Amino acid sequence: MTQRHIRLNVNGQPREGDASPRKLLVDFLREDLGLTGTHAGCEHGVCGACTVVFDGEAVRSCLLFAVQAEGAAISTVESLADGETLHVLQQSFHECHALQCGFCTPGILMSMSVFLSECPAPTEQQVREALSGTLCRCTGYQNIVRAVQLAATRLAATRLAATRLAAK
Amino acid sequence: MKPPAFEYRDPRTREEAIALLAEHGEAAKILAGGQSLVPMLNLRLLRPEYLVDINRVAGLSFIEVKGGELAIGACTRQRAIERSELVRRTCPLLHEAMPFIAHFQIRSRGTIGGSLSHADPAAELPTVVTALGGRFVLRSVRGERVVSAADFYTGFLSTALRPDELLTEIRVPIPPVQTGCAFMEVSRRHGDFALAAVAVLVRFDQDGRCAFVRLVVAGVHGVPFRSADTEASLIGTKLLPEDAENASRLMAAELEPISDLHASADYRRQAARVLARRALECAALRARSHAEAGT
Amino acid sequence: MKGHRFIGTNQPRLEDRRLLTGAGKFVGDVRLPGMVSAALLRSQEAHARIRAIDASGALALPGVLAVFTAQDLGEVGGIPMRLAPREALQKCFQKPLASDRVRYVGEPLALVVAVDRYVAEDALELIDVSLESLPPVADVELGRGRDAAVLHASLGGNVAEHIVMRVGDPEGALARSAIRLSERFRIQRHTGIPMETRGLLASYDRGTDIVTIWGAAKVPHFNRQILADLLGRAESTVHMIETDVGGGFGVRGEFYPEDFLVPWAAIALGRPVQWIEDRREHMSAANHSREQVHHVEVGVRHDGTIEAMVTRAAHDMGAYIRTNGFVVPERAAAFVPGPYRMRNFLSEVDCVMTTKTPTGSYRGPGRFEAAFVRERTIDLIARELRLDPAEVRRRNFVQPAEMPYNVGTKAFGHDVIYDSGDYPRLFEQALERVGYEALRAEQATARAQGRFMGIGLATFVEKTGVGPWETARVRIDGSGFVTVYSGVTSVGQGMETVLAQICAEQLGVAPEKIIVRHGDTAVIPLGAGAYGSRGTVTGGSALWDAAGQVRDKLLQLAAHRLEVSADELELREGTVMLPGTDLSMTFRELARAALPGQPMPPGMEPGLDISAYYVVKETTCPYGVHVAVVDVDAELGVARVRKYLMAYDIGVAVNPMLVEGQLVGGFAQGLGGALLEELVYSDEAQLLTGSFMDYLLPTSMEMPSQIDVVLTQDAPSPHNALGLKGAGEGGTVAVGAAIANAVADALAPLGIRVTALPLSPNAIFELIRAARKAG
Repeated sequence: MTQRHIRLNVNGQPREGDASPRKLLVDFLREDLGLTGTHAGCEHGVCGACTVVFDGEAVRSCLLFAVQAEGAAISTVESLADGETLHVLQQSFHECHALQCGFCTPGILMSMSVFLSECPAPTEQQVREALSGTLCRCTGYQNIVRAVQLAATRLAATRLAATRLAAK
Repeated sequence: MKPPAFEYRDPRTREEAIALLAEHGEAAKILAGGQSLVPMLNLRLLRPEYLVDINRVAGLSFIEVKGGELAIGACTRQRAIERSELVRRTCPLLHEAMPFIAHFQIRSRGTIGGSLSHADPAAELPTVVTALGGRFVLRSVRGERVVSAADFYTGFLSTALRPDELLTEIRVPIPPVQTGCAFMEVSRRHGDFALAAVAVLVRFDQDGRCAFVRLVVAGVHGVPFRSADTEASLIGTKLLPEDAENASRLMAAELEPISDLHASADYRRQAARVLARRALECAALRARSHAEAGT
Repeated sequence: MKGHRFIGTNQPRLEDRRLLTGAGKFVGDVRLPGMVSAALLRSQEAHARIRAIDASGALALPGVLAVFTAQDLGEVGGIPMRLAPREALQKCFQKPLASDRVRYVGEPLALVVAVDRYVAEDALELIDVSLESLPPVADVELGRGRDAAVLHASLGGNVAEHIVMRVGDPEGALARSAIRLSERFRIQRHTGIPMETRGLLASYDRGTDIVTIWGAAKVPHFNRQILADLLGRAESTVHMIETDVGGGFGVRGEFYPEDFLVPWAAIALGRPVQWIEDRREHMSAANHSREQVHHVEVGVRHDGTIEAMVTRAAHDMGAYIRTNGFVVPERAAAFVPGPYRMRNFLSEVDCVMTTKTPTGSYRGPGRFEAAFVRERTIDLIARELRLDPAEVRRRNFVQPAEMPYNVGTKAFGHDVIYDSGDYPRLFEQALERVGYEALRAEQATARAQGRFMGIGLATFVEKTGVGPWETARVRIDGSGFVTVYSGVTSVGQGMETVLAQICAEQLGVAPEKIIVRHGDTAVIPLGAGAYGSRGTVTGGSALWDAAGQVRDKLLQLAAHRLEVSADELELREGTVMLPGTDLSMTFRELARAALPGQPMPPGMEPGLDISAYYVVKETTCPYGVHVAVVDVDAELGVARVRKYLMAYDIGVAVNPMLVEGQLVGGFAQGLGGALLEELVYSDEAQLLTGSFMDYLLPTSMEMPSQIDVVLTQDAPSPHNALGLKGAGEGGTVAVGAAIANAVADALAPLGIRVTALPLSPNAIFELIRAARKAG
């Protein structure tokens, strides 16, 4: 089983590594690139803890092989905060107590970051539907739904401010 | 839960892909979206010698209208179909069924061709494409053939696809605009495989009588189930609630559902019957409103 | 609580930042140089004699370092019980690797160590195991029978223990009762399923002779003791480190076979060994819970007053007695009475060994089961007497004047005594908040339209702040920083924040400035851990004491130095100061002033470093009321919870936001148990729900969008200084009961009998069908 050399972009940085074809992307990110924020919760694509953004789409990194990421642009939870400043989603999760053990949280954050970019003003039902692709065993989801809605409101306000600024 | 070792091939053209399939035959598995295949690999339920990854093959991802048909490349992501305005406009049944497929994070990667050729009897796409009278374009080094959905599904998780063949394209006749459709499903949780699901298409003639009906059920048989007798019984009726009720009973009587740990055969029969009735009523309502809008 | 600055506030969690940014350290995130990976070969048969295990094929695979079987381990003891140990149960202890017999699917047979997990799993497939099948024991009730195969020969049968709890004259009172009702109830096997699977990393240093284990959780100190005993080592050479923990729920952190095998292998190989359980393993290797069958008889007066209740139950222990396995049947027996006066009561439980995964506690152990049995029974009474289910409850509540109330049952050998509470008051508050009368009116309308809407009530009393004791140490270091060293652990519930709040209250330092350490046995020599909703009650009480002593010492030392009276001084943001003056000393100055040899008040010991112990004499008993509103699609058998209310009296909430988080999260698990989750076994005792495809956890779509929490603080516990009671399990215990009652209520026009969980579409379909046949 020959190793392949993989070059990709992770969190805006060019990265590379060697992996055998069967190495799962989640293991490659965690073990070879040291990005342990992405978690493996079930390794059969159900729980969503391993969700990352892959070429703009939220996907399960336990259902992709690292070799498939050759040339791809991937974002993981480590990319969200800007230095000490939390991303709007992270800040909303913090304020709404939308996490407990925090194991599922990175996958949910990555999932929701894609969701909100496509659906910037979601209804509660839309948030619930999007969220149903990631399992959380601690929170009962209620505060996550609130946090996502809060983040959407804040992002909308930011966009509005930016539009007004541009109009001037 | 780590996959067994395999040789990895990632062809760039259809020709290369089918050449690899011709070379390795049953020793090879095609990797498309991988949303069903990779879990099976991780669980070591499958151990192919070769994985032929078709994600980099050019020309397998498209949604377009060709000669009255909606043509979709086999490697088109389910999410792209869900988002497609063209699909929503030309094929509302397909559009309506998309959100029932797992979750958006799965649909982001999962492909239409992968789901159709995996042939899970409880999956939405095989049922919808069967209801729509879709056809599958299969290519191999021996040439190209086109197989109807009805002929494609041969049994539980099995299809007419030969080991050296690649599903490249799905062609779906675009239903006339006055067609009413409905897709309904019951599952344990949102996004789970269906305990039973029903896809219905209905058209009325100028007198408001049922001129065309298609009723296909998922989750109860090894393949998408279509009852010609039930459909025939509805032709010429006004598809009133009692007609829907009678037809769904007729259909249910024909079923020999599977039993598993989520639901018994009896439950599935009942669920299919109830969903069929509701979906027929819903599709009839929509068809009537199309007719009214059209006049 | 009034007069408090930090206690009672919704302090955002101190844990969040690292967890939100991917900087959390879970056990799988810890990597050591030279680390290798372990995988376990597990039995695929439920019950069999082991003839031979041939690992030569696996050993020949490149990258495989070792394959260990029971023979390699030599003489090693069984894994003992942590809670409520009993002599007879020792016969059913599990050894780390099976040597002569396997007794459940998933039982460890061998440990493979390889360069990585991929190769380790390849190696598992190359081990040849020869087994001779024995008859499985899959059914808990049949398992008691004479025909059943016996799992543990020295036990002589499969009933490991027979629990009897008797109050008054149950048989006599039952015989004299005007109305007698009986029913058989079944609670299905299901369990905690934390999102992070278990995992361990062990490393052995030959020089210091210390073995270090990352991934300890829940009870690291107790596990250190077990491991030291099993390895024949001194406790001081075993170093357990709790990492971030991805959920516990009772299941994670107990001492399992792997907790011996991984450190043992690290010592044997002289290399760091990592084992991260995969989800498929987890489903059959981690403790299961909840499976019970109850036969209930109840005698009532015409007005609904309960005269006597008798329940005879079989509890499925699984194949071995686990560390906390006995907790579940004992609590189930002890907590059937709940908040109701039952002066004639009998609870008998057979603890039955079966060839299935061993069982242990899962959030609300025994109480979820007891609540289901009790609250369904109350609704049966209501239906029989044509009374409103709320009215039957009112007529049976223990009254506030009866507090403290001795139930007459026992848990861990102690009398179950409710410490404080006003059950009727909370009940009325809950009904008013949910709009009970309006819901009944809405239900009447729905029924008239042929829709099936149901309202389900369930009440309960919890037992929290479980013993035996807890430790806390508060230290102000030379830089003036406050560090709390706690014996409790965190399984993700926010302990660091709550402890910081309690310490902050005493020392007048903002919680976010306080450093909280826990779970590292080298830093914290003694601790009990996280179970039985005890962290805040026991760890918080010990901390309140320790921090209070530090506070007193700071004041006295500053008073001594500043030559003022300690009574006049105040603590503010790391400074002790005399208000209205510029006289002050910072914590940093005081820490230096407290060094040995410095001038001190007479009799004062040096150091700002104080430890305290909280010994649990009586547990605390919060109580609650749950109300479920469901809509049932009777044709499809689909029950949807539309609205759910939880009223809970916590005594004193240190952080109401976190308490609410516990309750809502607990409810989600209860909802899983009510509608979705079941560990299904075949007749051959094969686990059929071995993945997340078949074991169904609730998603955001199954949760009702209307969840209401009424948190009251009417009944502080008299047993600790702050009046604390625990919050961890009250969201879960009554959910099965409330939802089952709601479904039964919705479908009452069809005459169905709800006696088992989960209420899947198929189950509801069958209930309706059975009612039609009967009716």
